[in-house]
Amino acid sequence: MAFASPQITAYAVEATEYPDLARKYQVSGVPKTVVNDQVEIMGALPEGPFIEQALQLTSGK
Amino acid sequence: MSLIAPADQQKLRDAFSEMTRPVHLLFFTQALGCETCVQTRGILDELPLLSDKIAIDEVNFVLEPDQAAKYGVDRVPAIAVEYEDAGERRDSRIRFLGAPSGYEFVSLVRAVILAGGGESMLSPAGRARLASVDKPVTMQVFTTPT
Repeated sequence: MAFASPQITAYAVEATEYPDLARKYQVSGVPKTVVNDQVEIMGALPEGPFIEQALQLTSGK
Repeated sequence: MSLIAPADQQKLRDAFSEMTRPVHLLFFTQALGCETCVQTRGILDELPLLSDKIAIDEVNFVLEPDQAAKYGVDRVPAIAVEYEDAGERRDSRIRFLGAPSGYEFVSLVRAVILAGGGESMLSPAGRARLASVDKPVTMQVFTTPT
């Protein structure tokens, strides 16, 4: 997704190596995706719903 | 001795052969107090052996803080994926925090191939939607090494 938009930066975070980050974002299961510190997406979703959830704060509405 | 089994090495060689442009993995590391930095270096060292389009550029996290800031890296080990396009270095904005072992290694391989000019896994509709984003978005995907 980062590759498809110059606005997007994507971090793959190894949760066990960064317990402080995992705690901060209350990661209780993986994969868990956090977008702009606000939107949380649990687990894996199909592409369409995943993109819409990830972009819900940035849709310009 | 290689960390990657011979059969997997061949699969990776085949996968990397799709690449049309050079990829640089900026490896942020430090000498002391970072156990997984050594492990990460070992994993990364395997990749240039499997494709002449892959290079590892080591960045000293302690001595080169401006580089770390430029790439938004605040801890090690970390990897930033860059590529060359028409002779210019470009940032893919894909980062890996922590050692890329287990399934993370698969994600790293995919990121390298994508940056190297390989096919996106996203649909044309998905790519069009993403291309319309006009505000900065930071995504953190948490995983575990399984």
